[in-house]
Amino acid sequence: MIHSFIDILRRALDEEMTRDAAVHLLGEDVAAGGAFGVTRGLAQKHGVTRVRNTPISEAAITGLATGAALCGLKPVLEIMFIDFATLAMDCLVNQTAKYRYMSGGQLAVPLVVRTQAGAAGGAAAQHSQSLEAWFIHVPGLVVIAPASPVEAYGLLKSAIRLGDPVLFIEHKRLYTMKEDLADDIELPPIGRARIVRGGTDVTLIAYSGMVQSALEAVQTLADVGISAEIIDLRTLLPLDMATIAASVSKTHRVLIAHEAVLNGGFGAEIAARIGSELFDELDTPVVRVGCPFAPIPFAPDLERALLPGAQDIVRAVRLMPGLGE
Amino acid sequence: MPTPTLGDWQQMYRAMWRIRLFEDQVQRFAAAGEVPGFPHLSTGQEAVAVGVCAHLSHEDVLFTSHRGHGHVLAKGSDLQATLAEILGRQDGLCRGRGGSMHLVDAANGVLGATGVVAGNLSLAAGAAWAAQAQGRRNISVAFFGDGATGAGAFHETLNLAALWKLPVLFVCENNGYAEFTSREEHSNVTHVSSFAAPYAIATKTIDGNDLLAVYASAAEAIDLLRRDQGPYLLECMTFRLAGHYVGDAQQYRSKEELAAHRDKCPIERFKRHLIERGVAQQELDAIGELARLEVQQAADRARAAPRPDASTVLEDVYRSPALDGISG
Repeated sequence: MIHSFIDILRRALDEEMTRDAAVHLLGEDVAAGGAFGVTRGLAQKHGVTRVRNTPISEAAITGLATGAALCGLKPVLEIMFIDFATLAMDCLVNQTAKYRYMSGGQLAVPLVVRTQAGAAGGAAAQHSQSLEAWFIHVPGLVVIAPASPVEAYGLLKSAIRLGDPVLFIEHKRLYTMKEDLADDIELPPIGRARIVRGGTDVTLIAYSGMVQSALEAVQTLADVGISAEIIDLRTLLPLDMATIAASVSKTHRVLIAHEAVLNGGFGAEIAARIGSELFDELDTPVVRVGCPFAPIPFAPDLERALLPGAQDIVRAVRLMPGLGE
Repeated sequence: MPTPTLGDWQQMYRAMWRIRLFEDQVQRFAAAGEVPGFPHLSTGQEAVAVGVCAHLSHEDVLFTSHRGHGHVLAKGSDLQATLAEILGRQDGLCRGRGGSMHLVDAANGVLGATGVVAGNLSLAAGAAWAAQAQGRRNISVAFFGDGATGAGAFHETLNLAALWKLPVLFVCENNGYAEFTSREEHSNVTHVSSFAAPYAIATKTIDGNDLLAVYASAAEAIDLLRRDQGPYLLECMTFRLAGHYVGDAQQYRSKEELAAHRDKCPIERFKRHLIERGVAQQELDAIGELARLEVQQAADRARAAPRPDASTVLEDVYRSPALDGISG
């Protein structure tokens, strides 16, 4: 059956709520369907005590969800935009992430924070950011960023069942993407990347919206005789270095693509890990593609000018020694 | 809640002494350089901890703050395990991972202490939501200082708790100081209970150094919570006889102010009450001595307890076995 990203998230939530009475949804407007319609109809089906609207109080609702997770619920909290997670940082960083450790293993926080990130359609500087690197820096959190509807379906279900706090980052540009969902899909394990497409000359490591850009780039590269392999990380924390290592050992060239600004971005961490763990496999320096160092602008022309895309990936690959024009 | 017998009151007297002497012991350990970090003592605020926690069962959950030793002990956690945690020992409550500011004793309903002022309030509300959602009758209690009212999370949580009618008791220990800064200097609002009215939360301001008043008011508040008429904000006026942390020179307040408050010590005050009710001085001395021995024994054992094994430092970052030992 064909589903859009939004519909498939709703289906995953619906199924998990049916499967486990401890799963509760909360967030701003979620009982009314949510700002993007992900939770539409779920309050009617599962009741307004399980799909609860909250005030616009990111700090308190994140703490509320964390406290509830300590006491038997499996909350799925929606933070409407990742930009607003800044208001919940104390809780996510100081409480949620550290509870398991600080309690010496007595407690756990089975919480999923669904949020939505990335730039599209003139949402401007405070509703468009890619802030995943902030969270990847925090021990105790799991960070997931699906690249397609079917991936989102499986990863969200796995995240709800995991038992540790997960930041689940959806890209707004993918919300209208549609895919066919098989009936007997196997749920993906947390912490494993997937090979989206095999290739031999260069490994493109991407996640979230940039996987689509990598797929576009692969077509162009194929036209000039370059065979690119795409890894979709799916889970950013923990990072699946084994899948990266297997691919790099084959291609000996790596490009990392993300929409977040390059400076202090997750690509820097991946590049450092590859540099220290796989140095002997590399024929060329690791290359990164990401956003230049500026806030996301409002005007569509400016937004387009800033955002990295398939062309940037193609250009960067073709500048690699041995793959040049 | 049945009226306490004289024997119950004597147990509460003992509980206050245990906290006082425990904090004295922490201070001595800290002065000797045996406590890592910077512990915050609750000396002088014992009546609030004991008067509230006397009403709680193991199923009721408690979230405290950086100044939480007294609450944890009053809730019934083990003296030795609590002290061992403060000393950073392997058999401390949290195996040396938490320390003075992050005491957790889940089996006893102590679900956390946060070093970030006001950070515990929404957690307590969440625990109350879980109880409400799952039809359990237990309640949730958050202890915090008046300094927490400066944080947005305090106001956000009051609004949410009132809106959802959560069975959470917010207990403010208004000791007149947010760290080194007096209430007059950090807020125009003298009484924390004033914040309850806009959210239609039941509230009361009481003398927090009067165990009888704390006990009676907490009983009233908890009774409302158990009848789904929560939340409740109980403001207990008190005074910390210790500094903000061990080593605080307290230059922000006068010797006269401290001396005046020593005369209002909640333990001495309750002792006078028990004597008025006919309890013999010797009996009270014996209770104090018993508490002293308990703390002494706990201190000796905690100090002798093994230090954590360095090879365990990466344990318990995650619950899921699949995430064990990940390096990012």
